[in-house]
Amino acid sequence: MELSELWFILVAVLFIGFFFLEGFDFGVGMATRTLARNDIERRMLVNTIGPFWDANEVWLLTAGGAIFAAFPHWYATMFSGYYIPLVFVLLALIGRGVAFEFRGKEKAQQWKNSWDWVIFIGSVLPPFLFGVLFTSILRGMPIDANMNIYAGFTDYVNVYSVIGGITVTLLCYLHGLMFVTLKTVGELRERASKQGQKLIYAVLASLVLFVGLSYFETNLFTVRAGVTIPLIGLIVLAYSSVIILLAKKRDALSFTMSGLGIMMTVGLLFVALFPRVMISSITSANDLTVYSAASGDYSLKVMTIVAVTLLPFVIGYQIWSYYVFRKRVNGKDMIY
Amino acid sequence: MSELILARLQFGTTTIFHFLFVPMSIGLVFLVALMETLYVVKKQEVYLKMAKFWGHLFLINFAVGVVTGIIQEFQFGMNWSEYSRFVGDVFGAPLAIEALLAFFMESTFIGLWIFGWKKLSPKVHLACIWLVAIGTMLSALWILAANSFMQEPVGFVIQNGRAEMNDFFALLTNPQLLVEYPHVIFGALATGAFFIAGVSAFKIRKNLQVDIFKKSFNIALIIGLISGLGISISGHTQAQHLMESQPMKMAASEGLWEDSEDPAAWSAFAIIDEETQRNTFELNFPYALSFLAYSKFGGNVRGMNTLQAEYEATYGEGNYIPPVNATFWSFRIMVGAGGVMILLSAVGLFLTYRKKLETSKFYLHTMVWLIAFPFVANTAGWVMTEIGRQPWTVFGLMTTSAAVSPNVSTQALLFSLIAFTLVYAILAIVLVFLFLREIRKGVVYSTAEDPQVSIDPFNKGAYR
Repeated sequence: MELSELWFILVAVLFIGFFFLEGFDFGVGMATRTLARNDIERRMLVNTIGPFWDANEVWLLTAGGAIFAAFPHWYATMFSGYYIPLVFVLLALIGRGVAFEFRGKEKAQQWKNSWDWVIFIGSVLPPFLFGVLFTSILRGMPIDANMNIYAGFTDYVNVYSVIGGITVTLLCYLHGLMFVTLKTVGELRERASKQGQKLIYAVLASLVLFVGLSYFETNLFTVRAGVTIPLIGLIVLAYSSVIILLAKKRDALSFTMSGLGIMMTVGLLFVALFPRVMISSITSANDLTVYSAASGDYSLKVMTIVAVTLLPFVIGYQIWSYYVFRKRVNGKDMIY
Repeated sequence: MSELILARLQFGTTTIFHFLFVPMSIGLVFLVALMETLYVVKKQEVYLKMAKFWGHLFLINFAVGVVTGIIQEFQFGMNWSEYSRFVGDVFGAPLAIEALLAFFMESTFIGLWIFGWKKLSPKVHLACIWLVAIGTMLSALWILAANSFMQEPVGFVIQNGRAEMNDFFALLTNPQLLVEYPHVIFGALATGAFFIAGVSAFKIRKNLQVDIFKKSFNIALIIGLISGLGISISGHTQAQHLMESQPMKMAASEGLWEDSEDPAAWSAFAIIDEETQRNTFELNFPYALSFLAYSKFGGNVRGMNTLQAEYEATYGEGNYIPPVNATFWSFRIMVGAGGVMILLSAVGLFLTYRKKLETSKFYLHTMVWLIAFPFVANTAGWVMTEIGRQPWTVFGLMTTSAAVSPNVSTQALLFSLIAFTLVYAILAIVLVFLFLREIRKGVVYSTAEDPQVSIDPFNKGAYR
């Protein structure tokens, strides 16, 4: 295997990790509006992800850095080509990040409400926009011979990409509900579980719709059909199993399954892309591939050594932090 | 052309705004870690109170630093795609390593620190804040390794129409990095130190919780004085290095058009006319520039016109003179602010030694205003570094005008510039509001339980 191929896998792993971890953060952020009924519940929700969300977001930054280092052309083409969507992603992430920090700093209800709305919007927008972004990448963007995207509105926003955005948002929302079910007690836990049970059907419907449209819009079924089709089957299976697991109150397992569902969905995208990293809708000669977009061998070698050395530590201490805060967030403790 | 201006404006705004918070975070977390260490070693409650109080302020500041940092990482690709294509092979690696090594460390252990007061043993908890402190300094190391490459490209070869890395170790031992890193770190420590000293001075003057704030003041001033001296030594070394690596920046920061006399005089003040390329007024100190450049009272310094001719011979026709006034004045503002900081921290330690601190109302009042000085110096330093490098983005390799994204429209740039600037303004207002609120509240003496911290960390007053 060439190093550039290895780095494609590493970038995929970083995005998979990002959506698995930050996916439930986004979901919990959405749930502050749709699940929580009062301030105490909202606080409980924010508490469930309190120690984790910042580190989870770093998976995105690392993925961005890895693309920059290993595939400079991919980084340059994608980030300049998706300018406006990324501006909104940034605004959302900025608002959300400070809102977690600021919301509890002042007692006034108006203050808390404002920041809670920022948390909600900041949690809905990124998964939706990332869904749109990745879906339209898979569909192909007008990339010219100089690797630059000159795109119009409908290249970004079309039925397929919007369905993709909604699907990713729903996946994150469900994942968030599963996390809340796992990390809270009492009535809030019950409600999260119940809402999840209903939401599952919407998730499955949007997945089916998305996959169906992909048949017409992309070559998801023709490149590597031997992998993509079984993978789609497994995704549907994972989400279907959540219905049963929730009914049996197997919180950890249902969270695991919704996590696997998200991870496999992101994985599916990367499987379908490979060896391309950006698809040109003008001509396949303009596609960026892992080979044409990659850094030199020396650079990749250095990065491989660094990543292989550091990643085990990173994963190790992140797991430790989840272990330290393994207890469910208890509503009683929060009343001071 | 207007795209270029907007992209530069955005880079300037974002970087300056981001770098108000970064040095403050690096400095504050170091001091908070120091205070918590004192608590763990001496087992005195007062140090715990101190660590928690300054920790609150650190966290508010840290949050803004983190979120504005995300823009930093994205904007290279968004606004400067040609730059990213050209240098990504070399420049991307330190950025990726920064995320992998430093960001993960900071973010994970800050979570453990905020929420772990009751769940971790005091020693493990202390280790967490030190890991955050180390993380912030590692982060600075890698981003400065990347920046140093722009000032002084090393460890690369031009291949396939772009710069490709061929010596990773050279990137890490870049002579520019070796002088820039200590300068930035000392500057950051001073920023945190003078903030703590200033806020403490305010409290001491108002006679509020004097015991705690006098202790804070002393710790901060010691760190402040040490870093002040560190800044000036590393700054002087950097100026000398600049003579070799970027003489044009040095000449511009002196407003020196023609080669200087030997020994060279230093102008503390000059009225520079960039149009006609001459200075209509200069206030000169003999020998001083020779000392600045070579650490001895002799030797001449090349002027901008000489260097312009040299660069034209090397790089072809073009204007290689950076904006002179901006470079000249930012240098003076930086040095001036640094000098005042060193002087006043020495005065403060002297007053403490003579036990006259509490009665020196004027001094305490001055120290409150001094909080602004490190921020001014940090900003001015970066303005000099980055504007003084113009017209280059990567010195000698790529000009700024060649670096900008060709496919991003003026409207898109204008939209994002306005949106981000607006958000920065809101963040700044909220941050100042919260700072004042926390400071006014002072150190909270609650029961040993301190429920807001351990049980409801998201709630008022407590962390997050």
